[in-house]
Amino acid sequence: MIPLAGDIKNSEGRIDENMDSWEITRGTSTLKRGFAHMLKNGVVMDVTTVEQAQIAEDAGAVSVMVLDKLPSDVRKAGGVARTASIRVIQEIMDNVTIPVMAKCRIGHVYEAKVLAEANVDMIDESEVLTPADENHHIWKWDYTTPFVNGARSLAEALRRVEEGAAMIRTKGEPGTGNVAEAILHIKKVNDELRTIKAIFDSGDKQDLVKIARDFRVSYDLVKETAKIGRLPVVNFAAGGIATPADAAYLMSLGCDGIFVGSGIFKADDAKERARAVVLATTFWEDADAVKEAQKLINEKQSILGLDVKNLELKMQERGGSA
Amino acid sequence: MAALNDLGLDGSVSQVKTPDQISKLDGLIIPGGESTMMGQLSLVNGALKKVKEKIESGMPVFGICAGMILLSKNSKDRVVGKTEQPLLDLLDVEIERNSFGRQKDSFEAQISLEPIGISSFQGIFIRAPSVLNTGSGVETISKFNEKTVAVKQGNMIAAAFHPELTSDTSLHKYFVKMIQESKLK
Repeated sequence: MIPLAGDIKNSEGRIDENMDSWEITRGTSTLKRGFAHMLKNGVVMDVTTVEQAQIAEDAGAVSVMVLDKLPSDVRKAGGVARTASIRVIQEIMDNVTIPVMAKCRIGHVYEAKVLAEANVDMIDESEVLTPADENHHIWKWDYTTPFVNGARSLAEALRRVEEGAAMIRTKGEPGTGNVAEAILHIKKVNDELRTIKAIFDSGDKQDLVKIARDFRVSYDLVKETAKIGRLPVVNFAAGGIATPADAAYLMSLGCDGIFVGSGIFKADDAKERARAVVLATTFWEDADAVKEAQKLINEKQSILGLDVKNLELKMQERGGSA
Repeated sequence: MAALNDLGLDGSVSQVKTPDQISKLDGLIIPGGESTMMGQLSLVNGALKKVKEKIESGMPVFGICAGMILLSKNSKDRVVGKTEQPLLDLLDVEIERNSFGRQKDSFEAQISLEPIGISSFQGIFIRAPSVLNTGSGVETISKFNEKTVAVKQGNMIAAAFHPELTSDTSLHKYFVKMIQESKLK
């Protein structure tokens, strides 16, 4: 049984219909959150072409995320970053057996509808693309397709879950090859989960409702989350992961899996690195196995990386206050 | 674990990744996930070989979704076709991967597993496979809309749907009983 805290049972995205003489239901929280559970302990890789998607699949990725440009190229290009070409997404869906995700702009209801109609397996409402609406995220309960959202704190994560996200990932700082922000975000979420769990265990409901108001989410969702002491959806690490050791460290901090963006296909040893990050994510508990994975990569071929302090564009701040 | 508690049995459930851990088991559930990745990774450290040895020597195994694919002798994808993923080559069935479509087509439905005494079960089908053909030693234990979605062959049981995502423990209890019986032998 998976946690269903915050579930809205009669949402638009939930469809009751008949398949021949069988009654079936699509788009339930069990199906959406359950899909994310199938990705646990795995690596989702950002790709821009069929060739990259096949390299990812061969390396053992659990899913691929299709973008028009990798996050570090989005930084360099400037301008407006939008969802990827539907033709590229469909070509990738026809050529790999693993699930295919794609990103839409924060708040862009119709980019999301287009991706849902294109039949991607999951939609990432992502700060890597230029937000279409800084004040509102998509009401994700309207969709049968599940969504993943980024978060830097428990409050942000729960706001996204309340809007219907079936999966959460840290925001980190995409396209930098710098894992520091992802570490900061997962530690913050973990700290806050420990705090609300302790409050729940103490029975102090005054304090719990205060937290719900500070977080700007419902009391029930805070209470249910506090009770289980973890997010009610699967929580991955993302943003700046570049090496097997990066991935293994984030797994050890309690992440359920890893998203790698520019870290693989902006490195000069993409094939080896893709494999190495998968191995380190699966066998993170075994330092020797992580060392063997790290041996597959060459540091001289890693993405150069950026100092997060001097960035002109902080993608993580996009949509954060909404 | 809930199934063990309900049956009043002493036992533990653990996650296993290495041949050493696998060698100590009385029964194994191969869970859902991405079968391509699971097969490849369990080749890396010899886990796949160990699992095969244990099943061949009688250890009960329950394959769920990707686990069912991994147990099979043959598998192909509905769209991509024949794939070269590593399989355990034990369950005498041919599997069609992603048989019901992509995630948006995933569904829940009330099914039954009459042959093993479960009259009603909430089937959670997530990018689920189905069984196209079964060999002579394979018993079909559940069908959905003319497609075979659960089978049994000796000490192996496999389902295309996800009992672990529901609160119904009847299928897990059935598997625990298979383990108990195998220990008596």
